Amino acid sequence: MSDTMAPPGDTDTDDFDGPTEVLAVEKHPRAIRWMHWFNFPILSVMIWSGLRIYWSFDFTRVPGEFGDNNLIPNGFYEALELDRKLARGLSFHFSFGWLFVLNGLAYVLYLAFSKEWKHIVPRIADLKNIPATMLHEIGLRDAKPAQGQYNVMQQLAYSTVTLMGAIIVATGFAIYKPTQLWWLTTAFGGYESARAIHFLMTVGLVGFFLIHILQVVRAGFSNFWSMVTGYELEDVPVGSASTHVDIDDEEVANV
Amino acid sequence: MSDQNPRRKTMSPEDFDIRGRRSFLTGLIGLGLATTGITALSLQSAEGDRIPGALRNVHDFNSAIWQAWYSPDRLAPTFDPSEARPIRVNGRHGVREEIDLDQWTLDIVGPDGNTLDTLDIDDITALPFEAMTVEHKCVEGWSEIVTWGGTAFANLAALYPDAAEADFVNMRTPDGIYYVSLDRESMLHPQTLLAWELNDRPLTQLHGAPLRLATPLKYGIKQIKRIAQIEFSNVRGPDYWTERGYDWYSGL
Repeated sequence: MSDTMAPPGDTDTDDFDGPTEVLAVEKHPRAIRWMHWFNFPILSVMIWSGLRIYWSFDFTRVPGEFGDNNLIPNGFYEALELDRKLARGLSFHFSFGWLFVLNGLAYVLYLAFSKEWKHIVPRIADLKNIPATMLHEIGLRDAKPAQGQYNVMQQLAYSTVTLMGAIIVATGFAIYKPTQLWWLTTAFGGYESARAIHFLMTVGLVGFFLIHILQVVRAGFSNFWSMVTGYELEDVPVGSASTHVDIDDEEVANV
Repeated sequence: MSDQNPRRKTMSPEDFDIRGRRSFLTGLIGLGLATTGITALSLQSAEGDRIPGALRNVHDFNSAIWQAWYSPDRLAPTFDPSEARPIRVNGRHGVREEIDLDQWTLDIVGPDGNTLDTLDIDDITALPFEAMTVEHKCVEGWSEIVTWGGTAFANLAALYPDAAEADFVNMRTPDGIYYVSLDRESMLHPQTLLAWELNDRPLTQLHGAPLRLATPLKYGIKQIKRIAQIEFSNVRGPDYWTERGYDWYSGL
């Protein structure tokens, strides 16, 4: 990601000695970009309203001893005005939850039908690249293992976060309808267990978000910008096979 | 490298600049819409409600979905009575003052507003008794396994078959401070009890003596304590916590 030795879009031209030209190459299809950015406000509202719900009963708190023993200190809730807003929290959570479900379903269906799930699910053979990729990421190894759209660590992160999204939805329904969907609640070890898993998945998503932001900053602006425009400038071999897109006639691209 | 499509889409750097400007504008508009939309929503307040009107509508939309999905055959998991634990008193609305339990009576009101019957506790406890050990859940998020003892509400409803055809069951405390309204289907569910025992002992006054509602189909906010009046009605009656911003259905 951050190596300066290779030209932009290094992996394709590593072994190429012929003439190259700078072209904008597609990185992220339109559907992925829209779903990616939709997810940001939706997930923000879900976490914000979720904390308003969580405030009224922290599962590390012992019933009958309100106020003591919280995982999250009360000052945190008060500073962000998350305290004493349970009814509002619930109303936002049970509304925006549907948007999260729809966006997530659209994402999974898109990956399935476009076969782009192959971009984020690591192949068994690539798992051996984990140590080398990590060493490269932290600057202890120059050479970057061969990769497709994403390196093996990115693949693990993106597929894990997708799975976590599915678990957070399933546990969400398990604690939302523990009688009418009792089998789902039971599958997660009961009501309190499902609620704890739901919360831990949120912690996981926030953890992913922080690492994601760090990595995006490290990768630089043009990588970030490709999630907005879909394209990134690269040095590519002259005449290399590609479908050229004209800005005002994008349908050509789908041929 | 290997699974990279060799026929990748490309465009000229000049077109990419144009596209960048368009995407930037789209992003800016999107960001603006999302921010104003969410802000407007959270500032929106409906008269007589504590949550935005649009979100109240979603609560009702969700209720319609879950009422359609509802089946009296789906039961809340039950536990061994040895797993039951003492439960704390969380709400005192309507039970704050002690009452003389010997003076307590229960009015049964029909859909036309007429009092059909006035019962005392012996009339109630004469109905078939059953105990159930279930997880009691608070809308705040905590839960506790408890054993309720009482009679299925359906047993009482069976005494007034015509009135019990009504869509809603509205209940209130003797002082009228606390009141709830529930849908007929949930009230007639086999696990919805009129309870007079908690963990094998008579209810304490703060837990709702002499008679309260106990059902694993609803959060605790709907399980009214110290019931003084049961009204079968075709009109959804007032509901204490719905007026304070909570979902009316609150179905589990």
